[in-house]
Amino acid sequence: MRAMRKPFARKFLVSGAIALAALATGTVAIAAGGTEPPPANKWHFQGPFGTFDRAAAQRGYQVYQEVCAACHSLRLVAYRNLMDLGLTENQVKGLIKDITVPDLNDDGAPIDRPARPSDRFKSPFPNLAAAAAANNGKAPPDLSVMIKARANGADYMHALLTGYVPYDKLTPEQIKEFDVKKDDNFNKYFPGHKIAMAAPLSDDKVTYADGTKATLSQQASDVTEFLAWAAEPHMEDRKRTGVRVILFLLALAGLMYAVKRVVWADKH
Amino acid sequence: MASSHGTPPVFNNKVIAWVDHRLPIFSYIEKEYHTFPTPRNFNYFWNFGAIATVMLVLMIATGIVLATNYTPHVLMAFDAVERIDRDVPQGWLIRDLHMNGASFFFIAVYIHIFRGMYYGSYKAPRELLWMLGVVIFLLMMATAFMGYVLPWGQMSFWGATVITNLFSAIPVVGESIVTWLWGGFAVDNPTLNRFFALHYLLPFVIVAVVALHVVALHVHGSNNPTGIDVKGPQDTVPFHPYYTMKDGFGVMVFLIIFAAFVFFAPDYLGHPDNYIPADPLVTPAHIVPEWYFLPFYAILRAIPDKLGGVLAMFGAIAVLFILPWLDTSRVRSCTFRPIYKWFMMLLVVDVIVLGICGSKPAEGFWVPLSQLATLYYFAHFLVLLPILGKIERPLPLPPSIADSVLKKKAV
Repeated sequence: MRAMRKPFARKFLVSGAIALAALATGTVAIAAGGTEPPPANKWHFQGPFGTFDRAAAQRGYQVYQEVCAACHSLRLVAYRNLMDLGLTENQVKGLIKDITVPDLNDDGAPIDRPARPSDRFKSPFPNLAAAAAANNGKAPPDLSVMIKARANGADYMHALLTGYVPYDKLTPEQIKEFDVKKDDNFNKYFPGHKIAMAAPLSDDKVTYADGTKATLSQQASDVTEFLAWAAEPHMEDRKRTGVRVILFLLALAGLMYAVKRVVWADKH
Repeated sequence: MASSHGTPPVFNNKVIAWVDHRLPIFSYIEKEYHTFPTPRNFNYFWNFGAIATVMLVLMIATGIVLATNYTPHVLMAFDAVERIDRDVPQGWLIRDLHMNGASFFFIAVYIHIFRGMYYGSYKAPRELLWMLGVVIFLLMMATAFMGYVLPWGQMSFWGATVITNLFSAIPVVGESIVTWLWGGFAVDNPTLNRFFALHYLLPFVIVAVVALHVVALHVHGSNNPTGIDVKGPQDTVPFHPYYTMKDGFGVMVFLIIFAAFVFFAPDYLGHPDNYIPADPLVTPAHIVPEWYFLPFYAILRAIPDKLGGVLAMFGAIAVLFILPWLDTSRVRSCTFRPIYKWFMMLLVVDVIVLGICGSKPAEGFWVPLSQLATLYYFAHFLVLLPILGKIERPLPLPPSIADSVLKKKAV
């Protein structure tokens, strides 16, 4: 699967002269950071036939809910969407039974009511100002489309979550070049290296119900799988439709070519 | 099948005959799209007019559906687009078709423009046809730019800020014009709202200019790969079924490549930063326009002076308007212009180099390279073209289109 990264894109682009300019755009974002590019991983969802690994995404939901959700919202995703990951409606209701969301009652008074599957994921802070105030003046970004909002988003996410280097492991040159203080968080893959977020994951930060060993890398992969799904829940539908559309167009193109040959037979 | 070139059609269907006698739309279709005499020697470059038309219709159709689900407000636009993607039935498909459709519309039009330049389709008597095409190109650029602002991501916002700020380079009234464009003192809700209105309006203006483009085309008929005029019926075939079928095939091949992007790499031609909601307080590390603007963006930045850069960028398109009078050669097609042919290819390379320069930060080695490429771009039109026409010795032209087709077959 590794060889299939962006296969369509590359193949067609290189062939067309105009598309060369487009190719250059693609490389811009990678160059912009000035940091080490994230290592390429194998993802279940990559390639033209790739699908989401349901078990990994469900584990990733657990990581998000138990760790990331303390600071990061996922405001574009609804609880009902979790049914796309193979959960039943009752399982979704079970997951959210302890969550309350702000609303107004019939008298217009603000209340907290139990969350419903149709609600969007509850944000950890009531608003952006509160989120910023609780986090040294900068609100932690929403994660709904994070995987699409970074170049090579999935690889970048995994690299970022596993790319922390403790202060005592840094070389004196690194400390000098990036002006790292003892309390700073140094990340190999973050542009500029100094990141406000402390390393969120470590081995066995969560305990998986399915017995999967919760190594740092495993948790990072799982939450990346979950966030890749959150960023584009219809991805499998898109690829399935694409296969049908392209097969149909190929057949129609073949037919058109045959008709064209017959029509032109007396003119060549 | 159509055999008559001049006689008016006779309709057997009484209703059609009744309507046609009062409003001759059927005669018009018959004359312009059926029996219309078309040079018999087109190559596949001649597909791109039809392909561009298909893309225009696709953009309008998907655009209307998107507009019914979109909200032009700075607080809601980003989420409205995500809602289309997530919750509107097949909304993701409509959106992916529309955002990739813009790129593929430009790909088709750029190839169409190259075809016109390589085979000299802009020369007498087709100067107005060519100039209407440049008007369409300009309208497309305006429409695409405003469309890219609508999702209200970081590149939307900062792209709008950079491009609208260009007008501040105009002496004296520049700042007032920018304020007027924005509808305020920064890119904000009034800007987004009017861009949405104009993004909906301009495509229909494009349709109108395309109609004029087609009317102008049908006066003298199409140019052809030899660039020589049609001399008689032996040089032509009826438009239908010969070119309807050939265009149909070309459209299918184009749509296959288009579909590969729509379904398997929908975000490849976009920029990841546009999935970050617009934030006026955070400037992206590197602001770039959509890929199809990059050559012009490079020309803009190549000139160290702001007003100069803006003039050069608009000049790069203005020079296309006067192209028919810059080219002094009496031969249309590059096939018979042994020197200009290579300069034409060099221009293509130059525009690609400009595109790559436009995608890079304006620093180091990229600055002199984009200046060199900009200089060559203008030199091509303003120096090489007028001179080459005088000094180049063209190859002998074939006596007729039919002759060139039959000769090719014999080889």
